[in-house]
Amino acid sequence: MEALLAGIIASLTGCGVYLLLRAYTFPVVLGLTLLSYAVNLFLFATGRLTVGQPAVISADAPGYADPLPQALVLTAIVIAFGMTAFVIMLALKARAALGNDHVDGRPDDGGADRPLPHRDHAGKEEA
Amino acid sequence: MNLLVAVLIPLLGAPLVAWAAHFGRYHAAWAAGLLTALALAVVVPSMPAVFAGETLVTSIPWLPALGLSLAFRLDGFAMLFAILILVIGLLVILYARYYLSDSDSTGRFFAYLMLFMGSMLGIVLAENILLLLMFWEMTSLSSFLLISYWQHRSDARNGARMALAVTGLGGLAMLGGFLLLGHMAGSYALSDILTQGDAIRAHQLYTPTLVLILLGVFTKSAQFPFHFWLPQAMAAPTPVSAYLHSATMVKAGVFLLARLFPVLSGTDAWSVLVMGAGLITLVIGAYFALFKHDLKGLLAYSTISHLGLITLLFGIGTPLAAVAGVFHIINHATFKASLFMAAGIIDHECGTRDMRLINGLWRYMPYTATLAMVAAASMAGVPLFNGFLSKEMFFHEAVNFAKYTTWDWTLTVAAVAAGVFAVAYSLRFIHDVFFNGEPVNLPREPHEPPRWMKVPVEVLVALCLLVGILPAYTVGPLLKVAVAGVLQAEPPYYSLAIWHGVNAALVMSIVALVGGVLVYLGRRPLFKLAQRWHGVLDAPALYQWLLRGILALARAVTRLLDVGSLQRLLAVLIVTALAAGAMGIIPPHVPITGSVPISMPDAASVLVAAALVAVALAAALIHQRRLTALIVLGAVGLLVSLIFVKFSAPDLALTQLSVEIVTIVLLLLAMYFLPRRTPVETDTGRRLRHFLIALGAGSGAGILSWAMLTRPHDPISGYFLDNSVSGGGGTNVVNVILVDFRGFDTLGEITVLALAALGIYALLKDLRLDGPTHDIAGRLWNWDIHPPIMAALVRLLLPLALLVAVFIFLRGHNLPGGGFIAGLVTAVALIMQYLANGVVWTHERMPRNLHPVIGIGLLIAVATGAVSMLLGHPFLTSAYTHVHWPFADFELASAIAFDLGVYLVVVGATLLILVHMGLLHGASHAPAAAGAGAVSGPAGSPGSHSGADAATVRDPARAPAPEPTLEPAD
Repeated sequence: MEALLAGIIASLTGCGVYLLLRAYTFPVVLGLTLLSYAVNLFLFATGRLTVGQPAVISADAPGYADPLPQALVLTAIVIAFGMTAFVIMLALKARAALGNDHVDGRPDDGGADRPLPHRDHAGKEEA
Repeated sequence: MNLLVAVLIPLLGAPLVAWAAHFGRYHAAWAAGLLTALALAVVVPSMPAVFAGETLVTSIPWLPALGLSLAFRLDGFAMLFAILILVIGLLVILYARYYLSDSDSTGRFFAYLMLFMGSMLGIVLAENILLLLMFWEMTSLSSFLLISYWQHRSDARNGARMALAVTGLGGLAMLGGFLLLGHMAGSYALSDILTQGDAIRAHQLYTPTLVLILLGVFTKSAQFPFHFWLPQAMAAPTPVSAYLHSATMVKAGVFLLARLFPVLSGTDAWSVLVMGAGLITLVIGAYFALFKHDLKGLLAYSTISHLGLITLLFGIGTPLAAVAGVFHIINHATFKASLFMAAGIIDHECGTRDMRLINGLWRYMPYTATLAMVAAASMAGVPLFNGFLSKEMFFHEAVNFAKYTTWDWTLTVAAVAAGVFAVAYSLRFIHDVFFNGEPVNLPREPHEPPRWMKVPVEVLVALCLLVGILPAYTVGPLLKVAVAGVLQAEPPYYSLAIWHGVNAALVMSIVALVGGVLVYLGRRPLFKLAQRWHGVLDAPALYQWLLRGILALARAVTRLLDVGSLQRLLAVLIVTALAAGAMGIIPPHVPITGSVPISMPDAASVLVAAALVAVALAAALIHQRRLTALIVLGAVGLLVSLIFVKFSAPDLALTQLSVEIVTIVLLLLAMYFLPRRTPVETDTGRRLRHFLIALGAGSGAGILSWAMLTRPHDPISGYFLDNSVSGGGGTNVVNVILVDFRGFDTLGEITVLALAALGIYALLKDLRLDGPTHDIAGRLWNWDIHPPIMAALVRLLLPLALLVAVFIFLRGHNLPGGGFIAGLVTAVALIMQYLANGVVWTHERMPRNLHPVIGIGLLIAVATGAVSMLLGHPFLTSAYTHVHWPFADFELASAIAFDLGVYLVVVGATLLILVHMGLLHGASHAPAAAGAGAVSGPAGSPGSHSGADAATVRDPARAPAPEPTLEPAD
């Protein structure tokens, strides 16, 4: 069971990092989401894997899963949503300001970019 | 206690002074003067005790864990400096009131001056050396502000920056030195440190400590090779030069030298470093002073030379040398401050400070000339003036020192040489300015300054004379206690008489006077020689070169990593993290697999895991097809929630499930404005590199997880499990942790969520994006965007969904559920209305403005905590009671109010984000004119949606228009 979860975390992280390194904003957002799944699962796993013993107090429960990582991850999931939303809005804003959705604001791979009017972006090359 | 008050009066008074300037130009000066007098009045009552030999120490703990306390001490030496700072401060304020021109902001000037005065008082009165350092840095900062007072002048800005860089660097070194000193002494209190001289000098950390502290001292007191900032700082207004750069701030370095004299002096390292720096500074300062054509430049180099003299005296290290050092501090402060003021008057009256232009002023301002002559004579060391007395002591020490060291003649010769040059430049100051022919093309006709502008100079010059003629009766008692404060012992025997008979020191004085006159008479060839050497070993240029070098290096490093590509930067970041992580698992470190036996997976788990890995890989592989990739991503999220179900985390599963829905809706909405497909990146080498990095990152995360999961687990959660029911009144421990045990964390997190939502709102406010006009297959959009079946179903579903939300919310404390999940469920239910029925229909039926929802949610959460504080418990302590309900008997905890706050914030934030995203669609989707009108439709009604306001501004026509919609792309 532990090996399975480690494998899941590994593949989520790997795919997330690969997407994070892509040159266009949308895959980056996807990558960030995958990475946040991986991180949440990892944090969750710090409480170890307990089957069938939720942390709800009752007289006849044989034991409980570790509630603390669960509480931490619960808020982390919600915050991750806020972060994803913020990043995608930045991506839209960049698209509006730069006229393309390349992470550096300039398509460099000969990619077919949307024919949007290029608005002024002074000092782009300086960055 | 009164010492703290004395320090705080100028510091807290600074804004008051700035405020006073609103009532009139001179009110700021009056306020500053009154505050200074007040601070003096606070210190004076303590003085008799100090004169009686006491050391007053007061201490208030501040950060005891760091050894930092608001501790102040008043001994003789601190008192001497406090008097110098406050009395000269008063004179400078009076002087500056006349000096500043009508275009200068008096409020700013005097506020800065007060800031400096408070900081400087802090340095000299501090008992705790960390506190001392804090004030030390504050003097650097306020000095920066004062030098750059005339912000429009580039020399002022550059001079200020250089002063700050040099003294700031020294301050940093000194912090290191102080930390070591505190470590060695076991305390940061001066009273403790001063008694442990022997132990500290014998400590192996003594030398690094000494070097670090001396770096601070030398930079502050403009000692070679850090002397170059002081002449550049002359761009400051002259009152500042008189106050900071002659009488007080540059003395902070020598103050510290004297303060730590009992602890650090008496070793070879001390002698070599302190004497060496002092000696070089003494001579080169005096030499360069002669060749400056700028009046203040001459005085600046003279100041450097005199500071070198004081440093040298403390470097000699005998008690008598220390007496001479302290005495010269007093004398230099009086004659140099008055000379600076005189120079300021000349500048003020002539409009220039260039001595090649200013000549023969005796005819125009004989009175000022007389005052300047007395001060200059004191600077030169002419008998009957105070400078002579301390210089005589210095010569005496130089000769004495020669008796018991090998480099005997060096010191004597250097002392005489510096004396010769001091006489020569003093002579030049007087002869060149007040005689030597007629003025050359002065910008204005010089005359005597206003009456009261001369008063500060008169006072200081009178002191020069009084001390020079009657030293024992005037300065004697103060000098005695000050020296006792420095030595932390009874002062040695010394005589404050003018005449000590014919001895070596007198001969040296005479040689210096005669030699100085001769040098001045033969100055022309010397000036030619200096002209030829001009620019060689130019310290400011060296500094600029060094600064440029550092900046170039920084730029090169930045360029190396940041080639203008975020991909590259991110790759560097991840590889660095991987390398750091790899160091932890490279053998022969601990084995990767731990000792805990692992459990065997069941078939269903293997299936889910395989599916999860497959969809994750699919998302990465087909990411070019964005819509498909997004659907795959949704599958990943759902499978993750299955993992939570499996491993006993029902709350997480519910949260993941509902977040997944809002995330996918959000991304779908956003995708509409982005290209449908991601272009293929043609650089296959880079893709391969990124693949390898991703492989490394994935393996790293996997290994880390494996290593963790196979290691013993010793959680702190037992406490929460034990106390959840008895302390929090709920059986769902996860929820109790969220709203009770760790409620403060949760408060922080919902605040973050609220800020993210507001940030997104701000980002979207003026955003205008054009979406595609055709769908993915090239067809025009279907305008029948609210299919009746879906609209009807969703409307029917709403009450049911809300009921579920309420249910989940209420049971959250005892069973899986709670504010977060209920909030998300509510948000999903409402979003469905927007999706199915459109924005306008929905807005007519529910509150449009979501900011208050977020705000009220946060307020409820904070108020819940505040109530428990009012009842005398810590913030967010919860109480609970049993409630008899018609159908059941359950516990009601006050934490449910907190959970309500969480609920409202989650609902408000999620809806705010998604609705505004949808409004963006409304604005872009319809044809241009109608599109803008579409959003202004709801804006026309009262209580209109704020998000629509921007659109209304764009198109004030407010045409009735088709309904804006919220609908998925593609």
